[in-house]
Amino acid sequence: MSHGPSAAGGAALKSSSHGHAVAPYKQVFVGETRDRLEELIKRYPTRQAVLLPALWMVQDANGWVSEEGMVETADVLGLTPAYVKGVVTFYTMYHQHPVGRYFIQVCTTTPCNVCGAEDVVNAFLKQTGCEELGVTSPDGKFTVIEVECLGACGFATPVMVNSEFLENVTPDRVPDIVGRLKRS
Amino acid sequence: MGYPFKPHPRETLVLSKYFGEREAISLDGWQKRGGYVALKNALGMDPVAITNVVKESGLRGRGGAGFPTGLKWSFMKLGDGKPHYLCCNADESEPGTFKDREIMRWTPHALIEGCAIASYAIGAETCYIYIRGEFTEPLLRMEAAVTEAYAAGIIGPNAMGSGKTVNVWVHKGAGAYICGEETAMMNSIEGKRGNPRIKPPFPAVSGVFGMPTTINNVETLAAVPHILNNGAEWYKKMARPDNPKSTGTKLWSVCGNVARPGNYEVEMGFPFKDFLYDLCGGPPTGRKFKAVIPGGSSVPFMNMEEAEAAFMDYEGMVAQGTMLGSAGCIVFDDTQSIPKQVARLARFYAHESCAQCTQCREGTAWTTKIVERIVAGNGTSEDLDTLLDIAEQMTGKTICVLSDSCAAPVVSALQRFRGEFEALIKRKVQPAVPVVA
Repeated sequence: MSHGPSAAGGAALKSSSHGHAVAPYKQVFVGETRDRLEELIKRYPTRQAVLLPALWMVQDANGWVSEEGMVETADVLGLTPAYVKGVVTFYTMYHQHPVGRYFIQVCTTTPCNVCGAEDVVNAFLKQTGCEELGVTSPDGKFTVIEVECLGACGFATPVMVNSEFLENVTPDRVPDIVGRLKRS
Repeated sequence: MGYPFKPHPRETLVLSKYFGEREAISLDGWQKRGGYVALKNALGMDPVAITNVVKESGLRGRGGAGFPTGLKWSFMKLGDGKPHYLCCNADESEPGTFKDREIMRWTPHALIEGCAIASYAIGAETCYIYIRGEFTEPLLRMEAAVTEAYAAGIIGPNAMGSGKTVNVWVHKGAGAYICGEETAMMNSIEGKRGNPRIKPPFPAVSGVFGMPTTINNVETLAAVPHILNNGAEWYKKMARPDNPKSTGTKLWSVCGNVARPGNYEVEMGFPFKDFLYDLCGGPPTGRKFKAVIPGGSSVPFMNMEEAEAAFMDYEGMVAQGTMLGSAGCIVFDDTQSIPKQVARLARFYAHESCAQCTQCREGTAWTTKIVERIVAGNGTSEDLDTLLDIAEQMTGKTICVLSDSCAAPVVSALQRFRGEFEALIKRKVQPAVPVVA
């Protein structure tokens, strides 16, 4: 279930236009993953219906959904790469470029905003060394973004670190959270 | 239960009875608490009889629109030879609302049971539970529960030995508020961009994969087993004596500037004043309530005079100029700037607009720009009329109601708190806290 971006490390790194080091694309729909996809397809009357789950598999394996990932997904499901890109760009959770090893999403929509979410965002930026929202820290470990309503408004401020869901985050808890991630 | 707090004695615990109780999560624990008795009985009933019980109970959709559930089910033409589908809307993303999350975290089998009963009643062999991608824990719990239910033969090709097929599958979203709109959700399940569809055709005629489809909210479906177990009369009694149109219990999510935020379950028609000050503990120490959005961010603001006079049911909220919506109650205290919060709400809708309708794509963006410039101290005297003009163009003119949902808080805030906007424009003051960029 995790959509945690894997480490952008590895032997053969190259640069992308977004300034991130990018590992070469790992083919996804082979072996066990291909079997899992074919099992999923049985639940629906069309192959296209598994497009969202298939894109999750691409992101789980590669940390993001690259053009190569879109082409492979299109091939497997009998769609065009252009169509797949249209879908990828609609949904906010598919990363269209590499992100830090820990992708931190802080909810700042109204209910969290009135409970001080802006201070939580600033605390994360400061502790992670990210210069601004959406820009990965120099060590490649962190990307911090604001996210629209995470649906846990009574537990303000909710924060997602990859697939981990944290509740009741206050600015004074942020150094511990980031410290734990830095050590791991 | 006022989860994460202990239940308040004035609550009526039906859906939330086991929130916070780990043993209720597993199949074994759920069956020990009376789980799947309703499904077992339902599978031996005539589907029309099930729909009639739900109709008689007065259950209405808990996702926001409040459409009578039994009536919606009866639109599905049984025996038409086509595959029917049930979609459970678990794309809970309406700011202020977090009730379905708790149902799925603590009582996943209650939802599966509701889905299975509803599927059988509408002649569907397949139900998709569409859960938003951000709901990591609810997704894991629901998937584990579905696996358990299949392994025990509760769902599948011979559900509970009845010979009937009921499949329930979890479908994970990928981040899009608009996919909580029923036709957008159907497109998303089909592997498309989540753009809402023009209605008609309505889903009961042509829904997901072009087949007859019913879409119900998590809370609606979770209530169904209780109605079958206890009867329509039991459910109908939970209402204001003078308002039989809203029945049963309702989960209310409470957040913002309030002493005890959380989920509370009360009977329809509960007095909102008692709810805010007694159950939720009133405002944080030393502060006063200023405004409430009672039904998720898409419904109009109330001032405290209206809020304290309101009854917590569909008609009670309409009587105060707002709506029950998804019952996601956002409370603002006297330290909050209403223009700043309206700007933040408008930004939410601008971000979430699917952009296929001009009025919504342009309207949400311009509303955001104008309110943000007012908050920044750069507003002009024409801005407020411009906002109302844009809001009028955004209402009732688009494929879905996201556009209307952006206009509602703007117009209602201007009606009730116009002075705050005017003060910012007149004095050209910088607000104490900048709007989130």
